[in-house]
Amino acid sequence: MDTSFAPEDLAFRDEVRAFFAEAYDADLQARLNNLDTFKDAVIDWQKRLYKQGWIAPGWPKEYGGTGWNATQKFIFETERSTAGIRDVIPFGLNMVGPVIYAFGNEEQKARFLPGILQSDDWWCQGYSEPGAGSDLASLKTRAVREGDEYVVTGAKIWTSYAQYADWIFCLVRTSSEGKKQNGISFLLIDMKSPGIKVNPIVSIDNHHSLNEVEFNEVRVPVANLIGEQDKGWTYAKALLAHERTAIAGVADSKRSLAETRAFAEREVNGGKSLLSDPLFQKRLSDIEIELMALEFTELRVLATVAAGGAPGAESSMLKIKGTEMQQAVQELRMDVAAYYQGVLPNELTAEQLGHDFGSQARQTYMYGRASTIYGGSNEVQKNIIAKAVLGL
Amino acid sequence: MNFEFTEEQGMLRDSVARFVQDSYDFDTRCKIAATDEAMSRENWQTFAELGWLSVPFAESHGGFGGGPVDTMVMMEEFGKGIVLEPYLATVLLFGGLLQRGGSVEQQAEIIPRIIEGGCQGAFAYLERQSRHQLADIKTTATVEGDQLVLNGEKVVVFNGASADQLIVAARSSGEQSDEAGITLVLVPADAAGVERTAYRLMDGQVVANITFSNVQVPVADIVGELDNGYAVMSPVITQANVALAAEALGIMGQLNAKTLEYTKTRKQFDVAIGSFQALQHRMVDTFMAYEQVKSLLYRAVCELDGAGDDVTACVHALQVLVDRNGRKIFGEAIQLHGGMGITDELDIGHYAKRLMMINTTFGNGDYHQAKFNELRYSA
Repeated sequence: MDTSFAPEDLAFRDEVRAFFAEAYDADLQARLNNLDTFKDAVIDWQKRLYKQGWIAPGWPKEYGGTGWNATQKFIFETERSTAGIRDVIPFGLNMVGPVIYAFGNEEQKARFLPGILQSDDWWCQGYSEPGAGSDLASLKTRAVREGDEYVVTGAKIWTSYAQYADWIFCLVRTSSEGKKQNGISFLLIDMKSPGIKVNPIVSIDNHHSLNEVEFNEVRVPVANLIGEQDKGWTYAKALLAHERTAIAGVADSKRSLAETRAFAEREVNGGKSLLSDPLFQKRLSDIEIELMALEFTELRVLATVAAGGAPGAESSMLKIKGTEMQQAVQELRMDVAAYYQGVLPNELTAEQLGHDFGSQARQTYMYGRASTIYGGSNEVQKNIIAKAVLGL
Repeated sequence: MNFEFTEEQGMLRDSVARFVQDSYDFDTRCKIAATDEAMSRENWQTFAELGWLSVPFAESHGGFGGGPVDTMVMMEEFGKGIVLEPYLATVLLFGGLLQRGGSVEQQAEIIPRIIEGGCQGAFAYLERQSRHQLADIKTTATVEGDQLVLNGEKVVVFNGASADQLIVAARSSGEQSDEAGITLVLVPADAAGVERTAYRLMDGQVVANITFSNVQVPVADIVGELDNGYAVMSPVITQANVALAAEALGIMGQLNAKTLEYTKTRKQFDVAIGSFQALQHRMVDTFMAYEQVKSLLYRAVCELDGAGDDVTACVHALQVLVDRNGRKIFGEAIQLHGGMGITDELDIGHYAKRLMMINTTFGNGDYHQAKFNELRYSA
């Protein structure tokens, strides 16, 4: 049993740290923080990672991955979050990309993987429907085969960044025979196709990232079907395990907790730093201690994957605990902000307010409510563990 | 990065696991608990023959030269059988103090006897008022010529009734709660002026309150240096806390496994109660609680093994989780076993009571969290 870093690991850490310090510059950060420039700034950043060869650490080397071992992946993740850098937009790189290289044909790999790696194509995810949330397999969007095309009709919902997307990967119903998990197919659909309509949904944080996507007799070439017709559920399930592991966000929670602590140190309560309050300290360490454990839970899963295992039901545990921790940090930060949590963006400047994190704390807290719902709600994850791990 | 055990560690674990499986079922354990010493001397000899008593000691004293991973795998298996024999008291505490702070002569004389099973030891550190503050010591040690004179009382001394030798933490200078001014003294249990009162605890072990009335021992029997005993105690207790956490993990694993098994067989309303979602989600919670303790235990062991700079905070964090998740796990185990869960006949309650004692041995979760906060958040 050994988790110490070898000299080559430390050298790798220095290399990663130096790259982030240089490439994630102030101008880029400013553009990422401005909604008007957000999309282009994300693409710009991801292209910098691509040029460095580090855009897809999770991919096999033959498809453009880094070939890193579990320790290197852990170091990269830790350095990224410590530097305050947001993770890549997951829909192309972490979700549909792995499905295409695992289950797509050679033509599909050649056609779609470069655009994902180079961030030339912006992808979004068409899974949930107005009538299919946690019970995803009950989805109703229909794809009817007509010659060399599928004709798709229905609606997807909670689609993040559909307003930016060039492509959407969709689960569609191609058959109503037998179990509802059978008869689902995995389709790649061009967002410019006639018959697609994107309706914005403003979320509880007052932002627009979510959408409803309507499909009205949208014609999709059969060449855009991944794998076999009616077998899409199998491919989707493989993707979900990846997604859940990524959702845990332990390194980001650590960074966020350190920031919260720094805010608390600055805040004054009864003439003393809030950080010196024993009750506050207890809330802080309740979270820190769980995170110290969760970091090793994640390492244990990584080590299993590195040894050739697949992230299975453990990824459900990472998702549950990881999102609970994210929300705990977000909630604590709201309390540190006190009444400034109510401040709306762009009302007064930080200087006029005498405060600089309340608005952001609220946005993160409010949108953070989604994390225990998306990727399969935490209750569904518990059902998965009960069945797959406990044998109930 | 790996979380694998070496072949030797795997063999050690298997050897303890086999003993617990073959020779330490619940009925046998109950019979041992009912004896005067609440331990089996015969088992202790078996431990010696199997080499277990030599594991943490240096090879120069005939030891195995094992590290924290070796101790962890053994303690986890002991936990699964709620083994009563005083491995913690004699080997890890008494032996651990000698190994760290003892003179060459003390080590050469006593460690080989521990290894062969011929010496039972105890560490007398608690006092009536001390609660979880290890430095709060009133028992005095006064130097008179080449003698040290001890006066005072120690309470809840683990293995104190069966021990041949004691190491006593006494105050030789300073104020009542100072870390400086504590001296560790080796005292034969039959020395003149030593009086022991034995009694039983809820987890089955027999402990003792021990009074010292003008007990005289040679100055040469100080373990470590005069006034500097805390520096010897502190790291040994840190290691013991990790060992206790491993024992606790073994217990938590058993509680979860037994509860899961029970809910698959127990029928109510014509179905196995494990088919109810309300119960399934609670067992998922206890499964995760167990995994989190395991992760933090591995983290602490890796820190300890690599002499990392975060050992102390990490061990405090571990004890917080052992306390909190332990309570959750045994609470759910009792609840899900229904009426049977509150009987003495079932092993569940016995596992629970051992967990509860573990959480008081070197401070409960609140104590450890306060220490963690002090290390992490004090300017």
